[in-house]
Amino acid sequence: MNIETFVKEFAEQFDEIPDEPFTADTLFKENEEWSSMTALLVIAMIDQSYSVRLTGDDVRKSLTINDIYTIVVSKANA
Amino acid sequence: MAFLHIKNVVIKGVSACVPATVQENTSLTNISAVDMQKLIKTTGVERRHIVNESTCTSDLCFKAAEKLIEELNWDKNDIDGLVFVSQTPDYILPATSCVLQNRLGLSTDCFTLDISLGCSGFIYGLSTIAGYMQSGMIKKAMLLTGDTSSITSSKDDKSTYPLFGDAGTATALEFIEGEEGLKFQLGTDGSGYQAIIINHGGYRNKFNETSIIANSISEGITRTNLHLVLDGMDVFSFGISKAPESVNALLARFEIDREQVDNFYFHQANLMMNERIRKKLQLPEEKVPFSLKNYGNTSSATIPLTMVTQSADSLRIGKNENIACGFGVGLSWGSVHFTTSNLIVPDLVYYV
Repeated sequence: MNIETFVKEFAEQFDEIPDEPFTADTLFKENEEWSSMTALLVIAMIDQSYSVRLTGDDVRKSLTINDIYTIVVSKANA
Repeated sequence: MAFLHIKNVVIKGVSACVPATVQENTSLTNISAVDMQKLIKTTGVERRHIVNESTCTSDLCFKAAEKLIEELNWDKNDIDGLVFVSQTPDYILPATSCVLQNRLGLSTDCFTLDISLGCSGFIYGLSTIAGYMQSGMIKKAMLLTGDTSSITSSKDDKSTYPLFGDAGTATALEFIEGEEGLKFQLGTDGSGYQAIIINHGGYRNKFNETSIIANSISEGITRTNLHLVLDGMDVFSFGISKAPESVNALLARFEIDREQVDNFYFHQANLMMNERIRKKLQLPEEKVPFSLKNYGNTSSATIPLTMVTQSADSLRIGKNENIACGFGVGLSWGSVHFTTSNLIVPDLVYYV
């Protein structure tokens, strides 16, 4: 598991390619496209690629892609 | 893990009743057209049948039951059990199943029971009623399931109202010696009890003057404490992991050959979630019927409603091997395997 791949997988859940490419520090909720539907796509991607169950609270308390990544890492290792 | 194998009990018939009134999701004016298109694409729900304020779940179930008993040609005096699964009962007390026993004209020798479950309710209801019948002393019994979630959801809550429809169903079971019966896997995770909840009106948070105040939660979400709250993200991640796990556990425990199963009926939650579940289980589309598009999520009615509206023709003729899986509010889940033979499936009943 590495952050570069994770950011790429995360970005793939968006239809539009943003002007500034996503990085680990991107505040993803500020992206215009972000909605509860995008959240479901991210949850599905994490379930598929990492077999981790991300909760609503996990998403709500996260600001950056790295925040989500940290949760996935800690849950995958639990 | 809770597994059950209840032999000598067979599902003989399934019926469903929906309100005649249809509400198109595109006609909802408090959600923008762009948002609605997105919502329909993700959830798969285009329209729903909804009750008027004076209709209860029991009214829909009553109609479904009457029609089924008639087409089965059953003598009502032979029905010794009635289980009603719902989270929209007629009263806080008495149990709605008692009211229905009398209304349906069933014998006073009939046992009745209410079960408070939603999405997993059909599976739990089946396991309960079949368990009662297992000893062979009760020959015929009815399971009624359904909800009127259009009443419990706030019309100003885009996270619930466009998803839920209303329906009531009836399932007839009979004790027949030598039959393979029903196989179950059941589970619960109460740590997620808040993921789908109505906060007020019970005894933890009694009805009071704050119960009916409209709270603006976020854009497009306004509701009172008597309305349904749904944490879509929690439920989604629960569903896509637990439903396939439950079906796989059932298949493995009872050594069921998945290739031999004709129909996989899943609780109709939302299209994206259900498609994810189907793909995880590597099931072909033609074996997984969907009724979401025209009826939405009808809680404990989704599985029998899907059987009636999507595969009545094939269920009516010959043998069908079926798996059904319900998952949601509780959090609670369950899967069942059962075989039907020339199932009695009346046409969908409309409640006017």
